[in-house]
Amino acid sequence: MLDAFEIVPNLPVLVVTTPLIGGILTIAMGRGKGPWAWATLITGVVFYFTVLLMQQVLAAKTGFISYELGNWPRQWGIEYRVDALNAFILLTVAGVGFVTTLYAQKSVEKEIPQDRHNFFYAVWVLAICGLLGITVTGDAFNVYVLLEISSLTVYALIAMGKDMNRQALTASLRYLILGSVGASFILLGIGYLMMVTGTLNMEDMHDRLAALPDIVHHRTVLVAFAFLLCGLGLKMALFPLHMWLPKAYTYAPSAVSALLSATATKVGIYMAFRFLFTIFGVGFSFVAMPANLVLSVAACAGILVTGVTAVRQTNLKRMLAYSSVGQLGYIVAGFSLANVHGVAGSVVHIFNHAVMKGGMFMAAGAIMYRLGRCDLRSIRGLGKRMPLTMAAFVAGGLGLVGFPLTAGFISKWYLVQGALEAPHMWPVAAVVLVGSLLAVAYTWRVVEAAYFQEPEGESALVTEAPLSMVAPMWILIGASVYFGVSATFTGEISMRAAKSLLGGAP
Amino acid sequence: MTGALGIYNYWIYVVLMMIGLYGVIAKPNLIKQAIALGLFQTGIFLYYISMAVIDGGTAPVWTTILDGAQKYEGPYDNPLPHVLILTAIVVSVSVLAVALALIINIKRTYGTIEYDEIEAMDQADKRADYQRGQVTDAADDVEHKLEGHHHA
Repeated sequence: MLDAFEIVPNLPVLVVTTPLIGGILTIAMGRGKGPWAWATLITGVVFYFTVLLMQQVLAAKTGFISYELGNWPRQWGIEYRVDALNAFILLTVAGVGFVTTLYAQKSVEKEIPQDRHNFFYAVWVLAICGLLGITVTGDAFNVYVLLEISSLTVYALIAMGKDMNRQALTASLRYLILGSVGASFILLGIGYLMMVTGTLNMEDMHDRLAALPDIVHHRTVLVAFAFLLCGLGLKMALFPLHMWLPKAYTYAPSAVSALLSATATKVGIYMAFRFLFTIFGVGFSFVAMPANLVLSVAACAGILVTGVTAVRQTNLKRMLAYSSVGQLGYIVAGFSLANVHGVAGSVVHIFNHAVMKGGMFMAAGAIMYRLGRCDLRSIRGLGKRMPLTMAAFVAGGLGLVGFPLTAGFISKWYLVQGALEAPHMWPVAAVVLVGSLLAVAYTWRVVEAAYFQEPEGESALVTEAPLSMVAPMWILIGASVYFGVSATFTGEISMRAAKSLLGGAP
Repeated sequence: MTGALGIYNYWIYVVLMMIGLYGVIAKPNLIKQAIALGLFQTGIFLYYISMAVIDGGTAPVWTTILDGAQKYEGPYDNPLPHVLILTAIVVSVSVLAVALALIINIKRTYGTIEYDEIEAMDQADKRADYQRGQVTDAADDVEHKLEGHHHA
């Protein structure tokens, strides 16, 4: 049946067009459960497509699939190019997107008025469409357009939290302004690159930049590099450009926080991979330019500062938001090492952090669902009242710490190995370990409140969250444990992605 | 014209962009911030359009099709940046639309569009929550402030 519709040869573009058209149609799905069911169907189909795409990439002899839109040769048209790295990120985004859509139903019912559900799920699916599009495309300007599709929908999704707390509106506007400035910097950087190379295709850009004589003193290339680094830093919430993130994740609807923490900033990091490694190349970004120094210092400072801030938080969602900035620091520190283990650790942590933090935000959302808030005082004694939810939170927290047999351990193993292999980079390894201790501290505060204190007020009466919330939560947490025990698949894929990024030819 | 003045388009683009960036950072009025953001993005459009210009180039239009007469063989400007900027303009209009929608909602719920006033109201909300025993966030800060207040 797949062959009859020519689905397999067109997979790269179907991953984007299915949610694009499906998302718009969501508006017409009525007021009841229709929009949710439709969004689940679309994200499920897209997830299936990304699984097929992964199989295709693994089977491809060249290691990548190239798809030219409308059969225009890549010099003129847009090329979608999927290799081990994007296939893996696509799988992560679509997979987590599907599971969070399953989770969203009850949470959204509670947090967003009924008459806006169809619009909510429409922007939800379009946000996933934009994120997948950024990941699949091989054209620099197409990245910008899809980046804005995902950003605009994300602003709307965050603002939907206004019925719970009006600060969602200011959080969303703050993110809109900083996000637009960041995206504009990226647009400028792309413009300067086009000025030098005369092309928008990433591979062609790389080839023509490599052919330039004395690229290190080429002022236009340097300006492009600087603008792109700033813009990407804003988009991936690299410390100290992360100011928009904590408020946005705290006041967004719970399902949106889970989706964003798992996918949005991760795709920002994927863009950094493409621009720094694929377009500029390791030789320029990390040897000729001091990007490794800038990025690793910012990342390490981020791990420490946001770790300390997270320990001081009393709102669970805000604690998780600060912890996310710190975890993004690990990912950035990993690839700034520019060696195989560092980059592989960073790729694998994109996936591992997505499942862990997604699951933890779902747990916080389940507490919100039952209690209407999720601060340290209201979760007292919840270990007995909501055992599955709290256990999921703690299992995710152990992952953040990097406890053996969780996925976080695998990431940190690679990262520390990479840091010790790189010359003079051992402080990164030290920071990774100190960051883990900070994660112990903020996870412990939750454990202490939930398991060692007596419930008070309404917390003493609550029951476990509904199955439709607990099951998706445990799918993600289960995945983080499964891939912590058996890391063959994620490890091999990320090693392969790291080698192709560092080798230049994808 | 030659030298730095010969590329005066680029100077204008940089100046426009910097005015926009200043407005985004320094103005507490949300509408002014949205205007500044628009200015910032318009600067970038000017940059792209300037990039497309070729000395002595004309509009990239196929004249033979229009009048059937002799075809113009001379140089023409690069149409690709023009097309890209058409897309970017649409994006920028959408960003502005979303920003204005948010500002309208902010005005409805807060009754003001001055950022510092909104910030003060959020702080007051936190303090009220704390006194009702509902610690929502940043409780430590509020706690310190309240304690300081009692001592004073």
